[in-house]
Amino acid sequence: MSNIVIKVEEVSKQYRLGEVSTGSLSHDINRWWHRIRGKEDPYLRIGEENDRTKKGGSDYIWALKDVSFEVRQGEVLGIIGRNGAGKSTMLKILSRTTGPTKGELKIKGRIASLLEVGTGFHPELTGRDNIFLNGAILGMNKAEIRRKFDEIVDFAGVERYIDTPVKRYSSGMYVRLAFAVAAFLEPEILIVDEVLAVGDAEFQKKCLGRMKDVSDKDGRTVLFVSHNMIAVKSLCSKVMYLKNGTVAEIGETSQVINNYLSNLQHKSLSQSFEDPAQAPGNEKAKLKKIAINPRSGKNEDSITVRTPLDIDIEFWNFDEGKLINLTMFINTLAGETIFANGTQAVNLPAGLHRARCFIPGDFLNDEIYSLSLMIVGDRSSPICFFENILSVEIHESRISSGWHGKWPGLIRPKLEFEILTHNLQPV
Amino acid sequence: MNETTAPVDTEDWSLVITPKQSLFDLNLREVWRYKDLLFLFVRRDFVAQYKQTVLGPLWNLVQPILTTCIFLLIFGKIANIPTDGIQPVLFYMSGITLWNYFSVCLTSTSSTFVTNAPIFGKVYFPRLVIPLSIVVSNIARFGIQFGLLVVMMIYYQFKGFPIHPGWPMLLIIPTLILMAGIGLGLGIIISSLTTKYRDFTVLMTFAIQLLMYATPIVYPLSFLAHSRYRTLIMLNPLSSVAELFRYALFGHATLIPGNIAYSAGFMVVSLFIGLLIFTRVERTFMDTV
Repeated sequence: MSNIVIKVEEVSKQYRLGEVSTGSLSHDINRWWHRIRGKEDPYLRIGEENDRTKKGGSDYIWALKDVSFEVRQGEVLGIIGRNGAGKSTMLKILSRTTGPTKGELKIKGRIASLLEVGTGFHPELTGRDNIFLNGAILGMNKAEIRRKFDEIVDFAGVERYIDTPVKRYSSGMYVRLAFAVAAFLEPEILIVDEVLAVGDAEFQKKCLGRMKDVSDKDGRTVLFVSHNMIAVKSLCSKVMYLKNGTVAEIGETSQVINNYLSNLQHKSLSQSFEDPAQAPGNEKAKLKKIAINPRSGKNEDSITVRTPLDIDIEFWNFDEGKLINLTMFINTLAGETIFANGTQAVNLPAGLHRARCFIPGDFLNDEIYSLSLMIVGDRSSPICFFENILSVEIHESRISSGWHGKWPGLIRPKLEFEILTHNLQPV
Repeated sequence: MNETTAPVDTEDWSLVITPKQSLFDLNLREVWRYKDLLFLFVRRDFVAQYKQTVLGPLWNLVQPILTTCIFLLIFGKIANIPTDGIQPVLFYMSGITLWNYFSVCLTSTSSTFVTNAPIFGKVYFPRLVIPLSIVVSNIARFGIQFGLLVVMMIYYQFKGFPIHPGWPMLLIIPTLILMAGIGLGLGIIISSLTTKYRDFTVLMTFAIQLLMYATPIVYPLSFLAHSRYRTLIMLNPLSSVAELFRYALFGHATLIPGNIAYSAGFMVVSLFIGLLIFTRVERTFMDTV
């Protein structure tokens, strides 16, 4: 008798593009009518814009492919990976909101999932009613909720408002109450997705602490999906790194996180696509090249907080005379955009074009950033979006000020900030 | 999803999730485990609907009163359709009360997946809890309208239209079960179909109105005694339920035991087919909805 509580065996999940979700019966009849006349599917053609459907001539996407892993009792497994790596799909299958296409999952004990806080909260109901409703949706029965009620209210700190409809709550109170209900669930296995992204810093700390309690003291198993590496590091005993729907690595926390981060890093100070047929984009515009070039002229390793950076972009425009501008997004690893910047809009002839963005030194912090690019038509309609196409790690500058800790803040601009008068009023 | 309590590869897995499930795996035991949730949904529906209204649940009375007036005018005074010897106000009001219950059960359950997709996408609980809670919470609404009907019956008692309270009154319960069962059965079949084809939502809104005229609500079945449409109307499983309801209340209706058995059979079959389709759809509907 082992203490494995979750066993996932070669689970795959396939999403079909085109065939499903056309929405109405008339589409399906039309498709059937085309098929019996031996003609091409009229709705598949629309999908061709998207180059993912074109590749391999297939309208299938494997969100997960042959994923296998085991989780032992009391383990906190972190699941990390880029957007679209299959993390959410994995959680959805585990929490039974959708079924797998292939494979098998075996679970021991009651499972509760927190893919979102406050699921099923009704704005017109009071805090008290919502605690009961939400608790029941998450799988508790009335008696259990009644027993936990005081603790939940206490944890959320909303005692005074407990008989007020939640639509009158501040958003912070709402989230705290929602998380509190979830935090006092008593399942053997708890699945958590990014809920820590909510609430103020103090409350986040409280949530992390509560999750740690759940696993350490109560011996419960937790699966935790997050982009927040700090949270993953402090909580998880083991980490699974998903990449393109498969398990890239599973093992000891800090090692997997390091590999994940360095993988992000390597991918990506530059990307180029010489052949337009292979390049990302669509029939209106495609990306040829995008690169981050440090102006210091030295090699990559020396990108520090002081290094000025050029972002060089080359792209094809296929739409003669189209009014185009580029927008660039700088994001944190957690996926949050710190700022975005756009070029002016220009009427471009069809052909290859070049753009450059200059990011001055002493502006970004000692962080890993990712960069997304959007090509926009007519000032407002996105033509194509290249999400997190590059990433760059900025290092601490060696010439430092004597402070050895990490500078706080998502960016670190050097502003004019000085002490002006030395002796304004002698004391 | 396939839930087995039997030991699988020598270990006691409490849950095994596989792509396929056996056809008749209906998971009803799990629905029972979530019964508290069912009643909390009922409570939510009821409380939330009348928040910030002055009249609150009394709004439920406005619709039957107005509809009765209109039916009285159109079918009673203008079209001159007889009411089987029953006081016309009571005749129409009883029909409307019963029909309201059926129609709200059917229309609300039929949008189960589409309306609740945001919750269903985030949390698992047996999806059947939602349509069941709709059927239950509407019993309360039915009760309010039925109360009005009882008040009216007592009023007309004094005006010289005697009622005969007795054992037949108990038949109201099977009438309700039949209406709820057929409404739920058809509702979950349609809700399963709407996950892929929204057309059924549009179809529902007028189909339910037309169906009322194919049911002896505004006319008694005896009115059709010599009509060739009688067979057609009798094919409607709701017809004998409507007559049964009037028999329970007024002790006067066209009752054919065979037809009541037909309605009951229809209910069982539609519930069973509904459950089969519903449990198949609930596993993966998030991918298509």
